[in-house]
Amino acid sequence: MSEEIKKLIIDYVKKEYLEEDSTMEVNENTKLISSGIVDSFSMVSLKMFIENKFAIKIPDDKATPEAFDSVNNIINVIKEFVKI
Amino acid sequence: MAYSEKAKSFYENELKGIRQGGLFKEERYIKSQQAAKIRVEYPIGAPIKDVLNFCANNYLGLSSHPEVIAAAHKGLDERGYGLSSVRFICGTQDIHRELENKLSAFLGMEDTLLFPSCMEANAGLFDVMLDKDDAMIADRLVHASIVDGMRLCKAQLYNYKHSDMAHLEEKLQETQHCRLRLIITDGVFSMDGDIVKLDKICELAEKYDAMVMVDDSHATGFIGKHGRGTHEHCGVMDKVDVITTTLGKALGGAAGGCVSGKKEIVEMCRQRARPYLFSNTVPPVVVAAAIKVVDLISESTDRRDKLEENTKYFREKMINAGLDIKKGESPIVPVMLYNAKLAQDVARDLYEEGIYVVGFFFPVVPQGQARIRTQISADHEKEHLDNAITAFTKIGEKYKILSKKKDEIIAMYGM
Repeated sequence: MSEEIKKLIIDYVKKEYLEEDSTMEVNENTKLISSGIVDSFSMVSLKMFIENKFAIKIPDDKATPEAFDSVNNIINVIKEFVKI
Repeated sequence: MAYSEKAKSFYENELKGIRQGGLFKEERYIKSQQAAKIRVEYPIGAPIKDVLNFCANNYLGLSSHPEVIAAAHKGLDERGYGLSSVRFICGTQDIHRELENKLSAFLGMEDTLLFPSCMEANAGLFDVMLDKDDAMIADRLVHASIVDGMRLCKAQLYNYKHSDMAHLEEKLQETQHCRLRLIITDGVFSMDGDIVKLDKICELAEKYDAMVMVDDSHATGFIGKHGRGTHEHCGVMDKVDVITTTLGKALGGAAGGCVSGKKEIVEMCRQRARPYLFSNTVPPVVVAAAIKVVDLISESTDRRDKLEENTKYFREKMINAGLDIKKGESPIVPVMLYNAKLAQDVARDLYEEGIYVVGFFFPVVPQGQARIRTQISADHEKEHLDNAITAFTKIGEKYKILSKKKDEIIAMYGM
């Protein structure tokens, strides 16, 4: 299940944030926010995607740049709200 | 007083972090009027140096124009220094309304409301226009003041890849359920100097029944044949619903901003925009001078025409000299260096050569996109432009970056 979720989020990050011709590799440990792939303003799309996909509402204090800084971190946030 | 050791050391540590991150900003004291040629004390205590200014937003060279200064003097004499009031109590003079009407006519909009700054116009606008059932769909490179304004608004926030119309369309499809939708963009993007694809945005807005808002702070006065802005440039004068812009750049450069657009939206701002309601009125001296500025740019396009010529000349010569310039047509001309330290070193060396520019790097621009943002003015003479091109060439040679591609510069200096 975790593998599927990983792929789901990685695919979304690539589609939503990278240019079509980008050759950048994104894996579960790639830094998203601190590397500048996703800035704090653009993070809102990612948060909304996760919330809609898993039918959860992530409060602002849990949706920090640190908590969203890698796919693995995001999965940990999701795990707080749903059993996956 | 409870400014404890704990509080003091907290702030000291924060400041230390800013310094260690290379993000500490220092002011430079200018000992002359704002112009193409200025006198600068930098660092503080150093001998005063005459330098050419290539980093001001003084696009039309009106910041120290004699007629603008004379109009300011007249305004000061006739209407006084301050009004000691917000607009709706006793802070509105006839000249405030006169300026608003002149701005509406110049921008081709139904009505206009002055704000103390465009930052405050952006801070107030979205909260007034939209509520939780609505959506804001913004370009990802909009100005920080728009980001702050959107944060103050309850509407749902969506954003699209910079100038990516296919991505914007996806977001418009995704938000069909919302009551009202507003597409939000800069007219000229301040760090890259590229112009919004406003014709395409307006097409999509019509197709999906969304409103369009543009911050034309880096466009009003000089983009478009008559300098009316990006909506004129893109041939959509009648299709933009609301513009915010500033008097603090091309239009005299002192202070003040405005919301200009559909009369109901402007009236809603007059009734509800908190930065308008609770800020002091724009000082009469600024209003009087701004009226003169709008008159000058309405009567003649000479200054914007000269700026256009200067920009073409500078862009062409810099490219021929082998510098890596972001393509475009606006007077914001970013010289790409990619590495933050390199951008700072080049800016410092250019200052020694008498060219005042500033390096920009993460987080102001994305990681690995460090640059020097040069800004051209109608106040620049050909000789000034040539001096800057010569200095850039000399320093470019020193760092061996001339005629080098992005990858080669990054290979030498890192990102």
